[in-house]
Amino acid sequence: MSLLDYFRASKSKSKSASLAKERLQILVAHERTFRNKPSYLPQLQKELLDVIRKYVNVEQDAITVNFEQDDNQETLELNIILPDYHDANRTLNV
Amino acid sequence: MARIIVVTSGKGGVGKTTTSAAIAMGLAKKGHKTAVIDFDVGLRNLDLIMGCERRVVYDFINVINGEASLNQALIRDKNCNLLYILPASQTRDKDALSQEGVGRVLEELSKDFEYIVCDSPAGIEKGANLALYYADDAFIVTNPEISSVRDSDRMLGILSSKSRRAEVNEDPIKEYLLVTRYDSSRVKSGEMLSLEDIQEILSLELLGIIPESKSVLTASNQGTPVILDEKSEAGQAYADVVARYLGEKKPHRFIDGKKGFLRKFFGGRS
Repeated sequence: MSLLDYFRASKSKSKSASLAKERLQILVAHERTFRNKPSYLPQLQKELLDVIRKYVNVEQDAITVNFEQDDNQETLELNIILPDYHDANRTLNV
Repeated sequence: MARIIVVTSGKGGVGKTTTSAAIAMGLAKKGHKTAVIDFDVGLRNLDLIMGCERRVVYDFINVINGEASLNQALIRDKNCNLLYILPASQTRDKDALSQEGVGRVLEELSKDFEYIVCDSPAGIEKGANLALYYADDAFIVTNPEISSVRDSDRMLGILSSKSRRAEVNEDPIKEYLLVTRYDSSRVKSGEMLSLEDIQEILSLELLGIIPESKSVLTASNQGTPVILDEKSEAGQAYADVVARYLGEKKPHRFIDGKKGFLRKFFGGRS
């Protein structure tokens, strides 16, 4: 690093590139988790919720559908939180 | 069989058409019969960059609809007789493109050409999806700028899931990175994402860095692809890109920029 670079780098406003990189890394990592997910997931989630609601009165956000993919397997994880009955918190895991 | 290249980016204004024109010209100049197709229906600009806007009679949509033959619509380039341009329609809307129609035209071109360069429109709608659908190789044009890198990453997702190769389970599209409008002095002072930053996020094979250069605007003003300006840095950078794509080993240039007198004097990285 030359003397000139040193003075240039010490200006505080000129460090915006590292901020850009940091923001991008977080954003891109987040967006990649949605990539390659089957497009039927939202519909599946909605229909499952409809079926469950026939029997149990659950909230709109009480069901989460997770899709994970690694090299040799795909996992569909379904998590339904049933409402409180008295003081018991029951979670049904499928 | 022709090799089909898509030049894509997601984001607009990063240099897709400039790149398409330059690499198509570069491939033709190297002796490969090349066609370059404008997929930006309704907003065509490749004809201007190639300097053939007054010679457009029939277009891509006319060929798809059977209103003109491919030979009637193809425009032979004025600088290189191995290069042909297929302009987009300026009057139709993008729904005039169909997957089957595009496939038919590409198949017919494949019989006669070695390379077909597809200049994608910005965005991720029909024109962009069809430009990449039949591709064998993709040039991802990225500016060292946060929204461009993000959009490039999004395009990578689409390339790996919505292309013909993905649908029929063939080898995936080969993806290459092309960083354009690179200003090494701003990178040095920490104001601009560096090549390493971009590579770290996108992890693609780097085909070249095109430095920010006044000659790009001059070339588009004149309607001659910038690669023909052999004195300009951008022209040389595109020539390197074509050579690398064709398998030549060329060290990357224009990463560090020109050294001024003071910088030489005080040292500085080379």
